[in-house]
Amino acid sequence: MYFSVWAALLLGTFITYKAAYIELGRFNAAVALIIATVKALLVALFFMHIKGAHEKLLKLVVISTVFFLFILLFLSMADYGTRSWS
Amino acid sequence: MSDSTLIGLHHQEEHHPELLHHFAEAQQQRDAASLGMWIFLGTEVMFFGGLFCAYLIYRRAYFGDFGAASKSINATLGATNTAVLICSSLTVVLAVWAAQTARRSLLLISLVITMLLGLVFLGIKADEYKDKFEEHHVPGASFSFDHVPIPGHPDQYANPRHAEIFFALYFIMTGLHALHMIIGLGLFAWLLFMAWKGHFTPEYHTPIEIGGLYWHFVDIVWIYLFPLLYLIDRHP
Repeated sequence: MYFSVWAALLLGTFITYKAAYIELGRFNAAVALIIATVKALLVALFFMHIKGAHEKLLKLVVISTVFFLFILLFLSMADYGTRSWS
Repeated sequence: MSDSTLIGLHHQEEHHPELLHHFAEAQQQRDAASLGMWIFLGTEVMFFGGLFCAYLIYRRAYFGDFGAASKSINATLGATNTAVLICSSLTVVLAVWAAQTARRSLLLISLVITMLLGLVFLGIKADEYKDKFEEHHVPGASFSFDHVPIPGHPDQYANPRHAEIFFALYFIMTGLHALHMIIGLGLFAWLLFMAWKGHFTPEYHTPIEIGGLYWHFVDIVWIYLFPLLYLIDRHP
């Protein structure tokens, strides 16, 4: 089962690499980041054994880490994104 | 611990030598170790998160210049490094499984291959850094980035000062990541030594599990670093 996750990760890397060379306009970044997020989820859930972990506190720690990271990224980007440049 | 204390404990299972006295049972000790490592990884996420935030803000502000700078780093080497780290994550989970199922030689081989792949990663990184030094793309007195067209706008040249910001972020982020890789290699060298001495059993192999968690985290950071730094604007 680890091998299928590994194959999926390598496939995702290959797709990311190839897709970067295709003209997609604004969606190049979105595609690359979505594939990267899927890969990170695969590593976290299956290689780091979050899936199947019975400790609820562990899942809470992981989710709150991601939550606070998103606060950092989203609010900072919203700050700069809503300024009117001269 | 004296004998009278041991009588008071009264477990059904044997008192495993690795079970520390402040834990009620082995599973609780394993859970505590795992939770501790995950909390540390949470702090590491915020550590890298600040750099990612800086990167995103400047990329948004100087998109064309960042695209031009990104094109000058080798995406094929970056993709190869990503594949190398993914393979090393596989060998890490194989090492954990080998420890769980008392397969000593597979455990040792997996740990060795993991470290070798880590060294391959660092070697490719060093080669990339060498290219950057030769092209004068290292921020500082000898930095130069003149007459480099912005991707998609061949008539416009990238602003060297903005490109210098990209390279500063590139070196800091990949450098910090490489530092974590080196620390990971040190950890795994110690794990290899302990495994070789026979310290790990199916009942107790916690250091391998939490060392593996650290390694997977370093892999995840690279999974995000690769598209953000290398693949900003690659279409011809």
